[in-house]
Amino acid sequence: MAKILLIMLAAILTENFIFSKFYGICPFLGVSDKPSTALGMGMSVTFVMTLASAATYLVYYYVLVPLGLEYLKTVAFILVIAALVQFIEMFLRRYVESLYSALGIYLPLITTNCAVLGAALTNIQNGYTFVESVVFGFSAAIGFTLAILIFAGVRERMKFCDPPKCFKGFPLILLAAGLLAMAFSGFTGLSI
Amino acid sequence: MKKTSYKDILLGGLVNNNPTLVQLIGMCPTLAVTTSVINALGMGVAVIAVLTFSNLFISLLRKIIPPQVRIAAYIVVISGFVTAVELILKAYFPAISASLGLFIPLIVVNCIILARAEAFASKNPPLAAIVDGLAMGAGFTVALTVMGFIRELLGTGRVFADSNGMGGIALFGNAYPPATIFVLPTGAFITLAFLVAAVQKIRNIADSRAEEKRADAIRTQIIEAQYSDRNAEEEITFYDEEFEEENNG
Repeated sequence: MAKILLIMLAAILTENFIFSKFYGICPFLGVSDKPSTALGMGMSVTFVMTLASAATYLVYYYVLVPLGLEYLKTVAFILVIAALVQFIEMFLRRYVESLYSALGIYLPLITTNCAVLGAALTNIQNGYTFVESVVFGFSAAIGFTLAILIFAGVRERMKFCDPPKCFKGFPLILLAAGLLAMAFSGFTGLSI
Repeated sequence: MKKTSYKDILLGGLVNNNPTLVQLIGMCPTLAVTTSVINALGMGVAVIAVLTFSNLFISLLRKIIPPQVRIAAYIVVISGFVTAVELILKAYFPAISASLGLFIPLIVVNCIILARAEAFASKNPPLAAIVDGLAMGAGFTVALTVMGFIRELLGTGRVFADSNGMGGIALFGNAYPPATIFVLPTGAFITLAFLVAAVQKIRNIADSRAEEKRADAIRTQIIEAQYSDRNAEEEITFYDEEFEEENNG
């Protein structure tokens, strides 16, 4: 139990996917201009990452390992994730209309989100069990959601800034992200 | 479709359309692996290899792949080459492979590679696709190396240290107190912010120069046009007078 808690704490705060591992920077910078869209993206990532952690665990230990094909895990995982995203999209459209209308537009973007593949590969690398993998995927996604939500709030306030012309747009966003990363690096000393 | 020369493709990848500093894609490795020049170069070379080969194969297969499943097909081709590069690095450059860690397999989801496959390789012949892969990869490598140089120099005081942080050239002398923040995540964001700002500044200056040149050209055109108009008017009046004289006569 203690190990599960430790994994959760590390994935959400001390080893936050965005601010210490740099997984999933593209959606973090791309879809963070409004808190509402950031929340939608965060929820979609949480949904997909938890399921993908479970699916890739099963594929790795019940298909690839028995066949001796561990070195193909990158190829296999990206295909599993792509198929999973497609399947989730179809399932939500058919059965959970409300969730589909909230998350639908973000789902196709998630296939090429390196956070999902990164979580799947980290699970294998750290030798997590099935439960630990699912917990890790879920909490890393919560960490991602936390980061993108805070950042969307910061960016909303930044709309009224008047920076030098060459800093307009992307450089200013990066600077703000750097300051937020500094705040998150304060969690590094945290340990149970 | 407009025909582009190889020189345009090369310049586009390296300067005008640099994937990292102008198009602003492929940010994850740019921020993550640029803690040292060696890491940045290793990542750059890996991306050049994957990008060139995937561009070549996707260009060769461009008439066979059905458009509905093209993205999935691209991902399979790309992940195949990424796995090859991963295994080669693990076998021959274990130190670089260890310090780049998961970012080698994550080249699969690097937006640059998928973007070039979709935007260029799927529409152009193999040779042009190879050149485009090399140029875009080189542009990425140059940007990463510059970032790695700045961060390593400011963050540790030395550059070109090997993957264990040993060796390297102390450019500022040994008395330089390293600003560790530059090798931390914060430093990555801030260094990239200033680099992109510098590129935007240069582009702004170039744009305003081009604007001035265009304005000058338009001004001379207007003057010339006015001048030729006046001549034309004079000629018309002259003919008119002649005509009237003829009529009167």
